[in-house]
Amino acid sequence: MSDMTQTEPTADEPDADAPTGGAVSFQVAQDHKWYRRPNIVVPVVLVFLGLTMLAVADTPTARFRSEFAPPGDVRFDWAYFFHLVPQMLQGLFVTARATVLGFLIAASLGLVLALLRRSESRWVSYPAVAVIEFVRSTPILVQMFFAQVLVRATPAISLNALVILFIVVGIHYATYASEAYRAGINSVPAGQWEAATALNLGPLTKWTRIIIPQAVPNVLPTLGNYLVAAFKDVPIGDAVLSTGGVLFMANAIRSSDFRAVEPYLLIGVGFLLVSLPAAWLVRRLEERISYERD
Amino acid sequence: MEDWLLTPSQYGSLMGGARATVQLLAQAFALGVVLSLIVGVGRLSERRWVRGISFAFVEFARGISSIILLFILVIAIPILLQDVFPWVRGQPVIVMASIALGINMGGYGAEIIRGSILAVPKGQTEATIALNLNPTQRLRYVVLPQAMRIILPPMGNLTIEILKGTALVSVAGGFDLMRVTSNLEASMLAGGVVGVTVLYVNVLVIYFVLAQIINGLFRLGERALDKRFEQREGRAALPITIAQPGGG
Repeated sequence: MSDMTQTEPTADEPDADAPTGGAVSFQVAQDHKWYRRPNIVVPVVLVFLGLTMLAVADTPTARFRSEFAPPGDVRFDWAYFFHLVPQMLQGLFVTARATVLGFLIAASLGLVLALLRRSESRWVSYPAVAVIEFVRSTPILVQMFFAQVLVRATPAISLNALVILFIVVGIHYATYASEAYRAGINSVPAGQWEAATALNLGPLTKWTRIIIPQAVPNVLPTLGNYLVAAFKDVPIGDAVLSTGGVLFMANAIRSSDFRAVEPYLLIGVGFLLVSLPAAWLVRRLEERISYERD
Repeated sequence: MEDWLLTPSQYGSLMGGARATVQLLAQAFALGVVLSLIVGVGRLSERRWVRGISFAFVEFARGISSIILLFILVIAIPILLQDVFPWVRGQPVIVMASIALGINMGGYGAEIIRGSILAVPKGQTEATIALNLNPTQRLRYVVLPQAMRIILPPMGNLTIEILKGTALVSVAGGFDLMRVTSNLEASMLAGGVVGVTVLYVNVLVIYFVLAQIINGLFRLGERALDKRFEQREGRAALPITIAQPGGG
């Protein structure tokens, strides 16, 4: 960890390399550790808090619902379009929460899968590889159908649709996350492993104090990308398991009002309004962390 | 072991569904590759508006959920645009679905192509300018062939993602492997849900095999490409013959 602990003049300063002699020692040296830099930690913590609140909050009820008779023909109607917004937000909330809870499973299970895959015993690592490859290359839609049927066929288990959705999204994205963790762990320099061995650290200390803290910054942006990807896959659950997300809301409106154009376009817009800023945030994080490492 | 197999007639209909899925994938792939090329090159254009439009397309295609895009194209667009483009009215679901999947693939593919064009050394572009090639020739004969080696591996992964996306088409009313599966499920329910679990295990295996085939094809492509490059290196001293600049 030698390169992590040294305090060096920050790279933000344009003249940091200039031979200014003792002047450098007066400026506050910014910590090189990514988790001690406020410009990275504060956004990450804020996003994490927001996601946590999303996960524990109750589904809001659409308060502004009013009786609104759509016009008789099927042409696009702006008033009808806007009157659907509260329902869309409600659906979006369910979708977002399912994403967060599913991804919690994915992020933790993914680490377990990655560690299993690294295992020295073939009896552990080969099955892990097989599971990861199989789950990754089969459609999540079929997996949802499969999970639904499996739950129905097993009398001992009874889960509601949302829980099935969390589990399927969690397992599906755990395989993606495990690849991200694997890449992150492999990116820890070999010297760090050797140093841990030389210091006679136990496996627990080695992993929790040396490898994982250095692997996490490489993994965070990739995990963020998968969070956004999972958000895009959760509406599939609306079509298969009838969880009450955005697509379910649009389908319900289509069958109750016989109008198809507005609800689908509206959920498309609402979806972009969430996923584009999220993707942008992830990209910012990626840039900052890669900047830190240079 | 026999518990995990279906009857031959069921496998027959699943194969029919798999054929439909592959056909759908082929259509989406064709559109997706064309879109990726156009948009990926457009993102590096010198003209600002071309860059802007390409960027907007990429952000849209990558930001929206593929199932929502599918529903928009299959259900909303035919009604919305029936006056402007009468063509969209009454198109089969499969056509609109391949367009949706193609757009989706185009968004991701454009970023792959942009990245690999940027990865081709700058000296190559400078050489084409020195040789007085026009931008189309530069792309066609110099930059893209070299970018191809970087493009292929992520393109293979993307194709597998699109294969997984084709399963969504059944939800929107199209015919594919998943539609066949749902029909079989309906006919099997009388025999109990355990049989249906077996059915889905089989379908998952079919998708897995399809994905592995795609993976293998892309591997073959990569190997063929590498071989061509090795041959080139053997006569590196010769100028690479470019088929008649100007087209004759």
